[in-house]
Amino acid sequence: MRDLNLVKAKSVSKLAGVTLAALLIVGCSSSGTVKDTSDATDTTVTTGTDTSSQITSVNSGNVGDLQSVYYFDFDQSVIRSEALNDLSLHAQFLAENSNAAVRLEGHADEQGTREYNIALGERRAQAIEQFFVGRGVNGGQIETISYGEEKPDISGLASKSRRVEIKYTAK
Amino acid sequence: MVIKKIQILSLLLIATFSLFARAELQIVVDGGVEEPTHIAVVPFGWDGDNALAEDVSAIIANDLRRSGMFKLMNEEDMLSSPEREDQIFFRDWRISGNDFMLIGSMQPTANGIQATVELFDILTEKKIWSQTIDSAGSDLRDIAHYIADEVFEKITGIRGAFSTKVVYVTVQGLGPARKYRLQMADSDGARAQTILSSNEPILSPTWSRDGKKLAYVSFETSRPAIYIQHLASGKRQKIQSFKGLNGAPAWNPSGTKLAIVLSKDGNPEIYVLDLQTGGLDRMTRHYGIDTEPTWSPDGQSILFTSDRAGRPQIYQINVASRELKRLTFKGSYNSRGRLTQDGRFLTMVHQDSSGYHIAVQDLKTGRLDVLTNSKDDESPTISPNGVVIMYATKSGGRGVLAGVSLDGKIKFTMPNSSGDVREPAWSPFLD
Repeated sequence: MRDLNLVKAKSVSKLAGVTLAALLIVGCSSSGTVKDTSDATDTTVTTGTDTSSQITSVNSGNVGDLQSVYYFDFDQSVIRSEALNDLSLHAQFLAENSNAAVRLEGHADEQGTREYNIALGERRAQAIEQFFVGRGVNGGQIETISYGEEKPDISGLASKSRRVEIKYTAK
Repeated sequence: MVIKKIQILSLLLIATFSLFARAELQIVVDGGVEEPTHIAVVPFGWDGDNALAEDVSAIIANDLRRSGMFKLMNEEDMLSSPEREDQIFFRDWRISGNDFMLIGSMQPTANGIQATVELFDILTEKKIWSQTIDSAGSDLRDIAHYIADEVFEKITGIRGAFSTKVVYVTVQGLGPARKYRLQMADSDGARAQTILSSNEPILSPTWSRDGKKLAYVSFETSRPAIYIQHLASGKRQKIQSFKGLNGAPAWNPSGTKLAIVLSKDGNPEIYVLDLQTGGLDRMTRHYGIDTEPTWSPDGQSILFTSDRAGRPQIYQINVASRELKRLTFKGSYNSRGRLTQDGRFLTMVHQDSSGYHIAVQDLKTGRLDVLTNSKDDESPTISPNGVVIMYATKSGGRGVLAGVSLDGKIKFTMPNSSGDVREPAWSPFLD
C-alpha cells in the first residue's frame, strides 16, 4: 500500500514550474521505498513522489524554483530516484556558477537516540554533497550541517522530518 | 545478596527520584513498596519571631514520603510535638505503629539559624543519629535535603540522593519560534533555573564527575559546537570545533578529558580531547556511525554506539590497547549506554517490535532486561546512588521525564504541561 503524501503535494505546489501532470504522477508513482518494519506507526511514509520541476535550463533566476527539500526513508540516507532531476539541476547551477554556495541541512525523525540521529542527518546531507561533487561541483561551495531530530518538520510528521534542506547562501 | 540489593534499590528508586514533585514537574508513582518503613517526622520547633521561609520538616517528610519507601505519620494524628529527647513518650509512638521518628528544633542565631535534629528507633528507644547544623538562613532547602539524605541512609543503608541536581533540556514551539533551554533543578524539581536559552538546538548536557561543570552541544553559532560551562561562575568556554559533527561530550572520571564525536575525517568517530593540552586522540576508525561515548567508571575504556554491524549496538574500546568488544547482542537496536558507578549494569535504549524502551544489561551475566513498556523512551541517566534510572519519554504527545528502578518494579512519570522536557542528566553527589 502506498499513501499519497499530502504534505509533499503542498510543497510541490510551491514550485513555479509544477504542472497538473506532475501532481498526477505523485499519485501513481511506482518507485519503491524501503520501509522499515519498526516504522509501522508512521502512516505517512512518503513513497515515490515525483516532485521534479519542469525546469530544463537552470540559472540564478529560477534555481530557487527547484525542489529545495528532499525526503528520505526510515534510517536511510539513499537519495530517492525522483529527486535526481532537480538535484542534477542544482548541481549544474553550482558547477556553472563557482560563486554560488549552498548549505545542506540534514534532519532525522524522532525515532532513535539523539546523537545517532545527528549522525544520520549528516549522512543524508553528505549523500547530496557527494552527488553534487560527482557532477563537478567544487566541495568548497558546499557546507553540510546536521540537526538530527532537533528541528522536526513543522507538520510533526516523521516522513517529513527525514529530510535535507538545500539553502543557497550565495547565488 | 545481589538480588536483595536490587530489591533495596527498587525501593530506593523513588527515594532518589521522588525529588521532582514540585510545581513544574509532578511525580506519579506507578506501583510502590509493599512494606514501607513507618516514620514520624514531627514538625520542628522554631523559636524565632517571624515565620521561616521554608518548612524544613515538611520538605524532609515530602522527600521521604515520595520515596515510596516510607509511610509518614499524619501530623494531625500525633499526640504531642516533642522537640527534645526528654519530651518523647516512646510508648505513644510505638502504639501508633511507627518504626522511627525524627524530631528537631530551630533557633535564631547571631548569623542565621541553627537546626538540631535527632533520629530515634522507637522499638529500642535508642538515638540513631543527631546533629546540630548552623545555617545562614538562606539555604534551608539544602539543609532539609541534607537531613533527608542522612535519615534515608541511616535507615536503608544506602546513600540518599535528595541533595543532587538534575539538568535537562526544554523545548517549546515549532519552526522559527522554537526555543531551547538548558535548565537545572533540585532533585525534587524545586528551584529550576535556566542555564542557557537559545533559538538553536541545545543537546547532550553532561556533568563532570566533580559536579562543578557541564558540557553540552549548542548550535547557537548555526553550527554544532561543544561548550564547557562552570556552574559556580556561569563562565563558559567553547572547545575547538571542527568541520562536521561536534557532539556527544562525555567527561572522563578525573575530569581531564572529554570523549567527543567528530566527523571531520568524513564520518562520525570517537575522539578523546585532552582538556589540558588540547590534543586529540582518535579512538575509532570505521566507516559506520560511531557515537554516544560514555566512560567506564575506572576511566580505562569507552563505551559507544556503532552501526558497524548494520544496526546500532553498544561496543567497548579499551583506551590504551584499543581492544574492541561488542557488548550488546539481544535485539537489533541498542544504543546510548550509561553505566552504574560500580560498572556492572549498563542501561541503554533498546528497540523491539513495540518501540524504544529503557533496558538494563548485567555485564557480569550478559542478561538484558527491558524495564519500560512505553514506546518513545530515550536518554537514560542513572542516579548517583545507582538505584534509579531517569529517562525521557512521551506522555500525551509531550516530552516528559520519567523514572524506573533498576529492577523495573517501580516507575514514575512526571507530567509536564508545556513544551517538551528531554535529555535529563543526573548530577553526581555534590559534596
